[in-house]
Amino acid sequence: MTRRQLMTGLLATAIASIIFLLPFIFIFVTATKSSQEASLLNFSLPGGWHLWDNFIKVLQARNYMLLLAYLNSTIITVCAVAIMVLCGAMIGYLLQRRSSRWNKIIYAMVMVGLIVPPAVVPTIWVLQGIGLFKTIHGMILIQVAYGLPFSVLMYRNFVAAIPQDLDEAAIIDGAKPLQVFFKVILPLLKPATVTLIVVKSIAVFNDFTHPLYYLPGRENVTVQLTLYNFQSQFETQYNLLFMNILLVTIPPLIVFIFFNRQIVAGMTAGAVKG
Amino acid sequence: MNRMIFGAFAGVGLLLAPTANAATLTVLVDSNTESVNAMQALTEAYSQAHPDVTFDLETRPGGSEGDNIIKTRLAIGEMADIFNYNAGSLFLNLKPIQTLADLSDLPSQSTIKPVFKPGVTSVDGKVRGVPFGAARGGGIFYNKKIYADIGLQVPVTWQQFMENNKKIKEAGFVPVVQTYGTSWTSQVLFLGDFFNIQAKQPDFAKLYTENKAKYATDPVAFRSFEKLEEIAKADYLNKDYGAATIDDGLRMIADAKGAHYPMLSHGIRALLKDDPKAAESIGYFAVPGDDDEHNGLTAWLPPALYVPAASPNLEAAKQFVDWAASVNGCETMIKAIGASGPYMIDGCALPTNLPSPVADMIPYFQTEGRTAPALEFLSPVKGPALEQITVEIGSGIKTAKQGAALYDADVGKQAKQLGLPNW
Amino acid sequence: MRKPKSAYPYWFVLPGAVIFTVLFLAPTVASFWFAFTRWDLYSAQFIGLDNFVQFFKEPFLVQGLWNTLIYAFLTSGTKSIFGLLLAVLLTSGIWAQGFLRTVVFFPVLVSTIGIGITFAALMHPTKGLINVGLDQIGIAGPGWLTSASLALYSIAFVDLWKGVGLATLIYIAGLSAISPDYYEAARIDGATRLQQFWRVTVPLVRPATVTVLTLSLIGGLRSFDLIWAMTKGGPGFSSDVLASVVYKQYQSGFYGLSTAGNVILFVLIAIIIVPMTYLFSRREVHQ
Repeated sequence: MTRRQLMTGLLATAIASIIFLLPFIFIFVTATKSSQEASLLNFSLPGGWHLWDNFIKVLQARNYMLLLAYLNSTIITVCAVAIMVLCGAMIGYLLQRRSSRWNKIIYAMVMVGLIVPPAVVPTIWVLQGIGLFKTIHGMILIQVAYGLPFSVLMYRNFVAAIPQDLDEAAIIDGAKPLQVFFKVILPLLKPATVTLIVVKSIAVFNDFTHPLYYLPGRENVTVQLTLYNFQSQFETQYNLLFMNILLVTIPPLIVFIFFNRQIVAGMTAGAVKG
Repeated sequence: MNRMIFGAFAGVGLLLAPTANAATLTVLVDSNTESVNAMQALTEAYSQAHPDVTFDLETRPGGSEGDNIIKTRLAIGEMADIFNYNAGSLFLNLKPIQTLADLSDLPSQSTIKPVFKPGVTSVDGKVRGVPFGAARGGGIFYNKKIYADIGLQVPVTWQQFMENNKKIKEAGFVPVVQTYGTSWTSQVLFLGDFFNIQAKQPDFAKLYTENKAKYATDPVAFRSFEKLEEIAKADYLNKDYGAATIDDGLRMIADAKGAHYPMLSHGIRALLKDDPKAAESIGYFAVPGDDDEHNGLTAWLPPALYVPAASPNLEAAKQFVDWAASVNGCETMIKAIGASGPYMIDGCALPTNLPSPVADMIPYFQTEGRTAPALEFLSPVKGPALEQITVEIGSGIKTAKQGAALYDADVGKQAKQLGLPNW
Repeated sequence: MRKPKSAYPYWFVLPGAVIFTVLFLAPTVASFWFAFTRWDLYSAQFIGLDNFVQFFKEPFLVQGLWNTLIYAFLTSGTKSIFGLLLAVLLTSGIWAQGFLRTVVFFPVLVSTIGIGITFAALMHPTKGLINVGLDQIGIAGPGWLTSASLALYSIAFVDLWKGVGLATLIYIAGLSAISPDYYEAARIDGATRLQQFWRVTVPLVRPATVTVLTLSLIGGLRSFDLIWAMTKGGPGFSSDVLASVVYKQYQSGFYGLSTAGNVILFVLIAIIIVPMTYLFSRREVHQ
């Protein structure tokens, strides 16, 4: 490391701390204050530390609603992202490998999926019709439907980086199409998969609107809904709200830290063909 | 079922339910602490008296997201057995004849105050809700200490109010606190002025619903917008009015930094939560009119409990809301959340140690003709963009004239979408 | 040897296509019909193009349209520029590089509601950290979210803050795909660092630029959550965008009208995005 790199690094760390970390310090500090102090929304050290108190209060609120929410949101996120990965990879693979007039249509559908906001009430009618309304399965499939266009787009670009000779060699060896996909292609797509897991699990875990409409019921609560325990028309308990925000940020943070190294490797392969 | 056993079982034995239906009732309540606590107290007491009835309590966001949830879930037939929601124009927007059960025959209707019922009566004349919580006033909080120090009197006319403001400003305090950071609060002064319109023009609500009276062209009604403009122009507002929130506003009044804060009366509860003594220095008065002949308060009906017509537990749910609206239910609620205003049940006595602003408000309700329900309880017409328009007038972005014209157009759109006649 | 046809069977598309069609495409496209009706969720009455006429009569719709365009181009443009600059910086081997990459990505993780409240507090005109800080050096800060002419730009800044981490990540990936040989050749030709950046980095990182621009432009045109969490389109109507106008119609129970608004929003995005992706893909061929 040169002297220049060290100095730039120090400078960048100082600036990044101000721009990116100060708001988080604000969130954290507010989460440790008493209700009265927190409602001032000041940037100041707390008069007394209430970190543990607030933590317990948030945890116990509405009969341990947060724990149930963690469970539900985790199940939805894990299942939805897994299906998104599988279906997206299969479509992206086919889209890249086989050109036909269907490609244009599929590509158009991907764009429609990215652009058009979903219509809530007609979607509920469909869910009710097939008996999936108010069920975790239904919610999972909804998240898959909404996340699939992005997934297809990504996999299509990544598959392009895998030489077609590889699948042909496997086919000559007598592999069935499914075997080619699972044994040859999918392992090579690991970088794309890692990226997708990070980006989409954050999106699904942090989704607020869709569970609100498609998954009503006390036992179906998801993490973003718990924020409303402390925020209402007439009063907001800022200390508990910010503690809750911190707590629901932890799972995505863990996912990010866990996959952080691999994500860059994943991006590398895909961005080549953009 | 042997009700005697239940009667002996708990102190809440005077239940009117002839039979207890075994059921688990789902309840959807907004996430305000007060609503949740009141509902929890009600359901617990009821379950204690009826051990075969249990409850499943679900909370929902309030505000705009809450409106969407209620309407969507009613429309798709997935509403909880019991839910709370506003009375008045918002109730009428729920398509009550199709979606809500008829509660006209509940025994408790005989003790519910008559003033409440029009707010939950559908156009076919059926009563479809029972009160949940206390009535509110739409008036002005003031700091009693500032008033005493400068030697001011509680104003009964708008002119006196503005003179007070002048003196308050000279004494170095903020005359009027506004909190547009919580944008719905910008409407309170405007809506709270309705008593004064009603006093001079008793049929305004009817003419307004029939598209015969307009805010921009009716000089009496136009005053409500003008008052907002006058305060903004006179530079009487707190410096951070655009960003301040409802918490900030209440604290400024409690800490004697601001003298007046137009706010719904039960807003005070947020302040009491942290500091029960905070209310002692605060008083409450109605939005003053232009002359002292009429002085009265614009009242907000409490929200109501409703039972969807499609509920699979219709009878059990009706029995529960019937009890919730009884004297017994009312007392259970007061025990849980206190009283921020009069309850709408005859024979339900208020506690004696009321917070000072609430005590100031009660006399308006006790004298005939000193309260008028807010316009939204008399007419289904209420423009959805009102809070943006009042923010603009209150911040001086628009004049009262421009704002009133814009609001009339907004109202016209809503009436057309509702399919009202004459629009 | 088998025909290549059987190696890539069409049914691979099936599972995803079924889920997508049943749960997204069918209900959403079918809902477009309601744009031509007065719809209260129970019954729909055909009223022709009235909703579209009404929607274009919305006060401030023109301003909302402008706001949408300004917001979308501003956020996607700045995300691309800052994303690229940060990516160059964070791949140059500086001190604490790994830490900085994490920090820049941090805001992506947090819920919009939390960010909205946090920045509303930090941007408070009198006691917010930003203006208190400016005050220290003798500058009277403006009302970031309370001034009608400034609110939209303040929210755009927060959007940049929240989204630049993802852009940086995509650019870092793009940069690490550029072969060092190009820089080597440029150095031999005597190119300065700045020249290397313009002649090598910018053209070769184009695929990443396309990804960042397309995704953030679509996101910006549809953007709603952050604006709603911070100002609800206010003060007044000054930071309203198309999506927030549409939301307000829905909330008021004007379901047909809000569907019409959605159709208009969809058409607007398509008009901007489709030629853009077409242009990008054609230029790619020429390269």
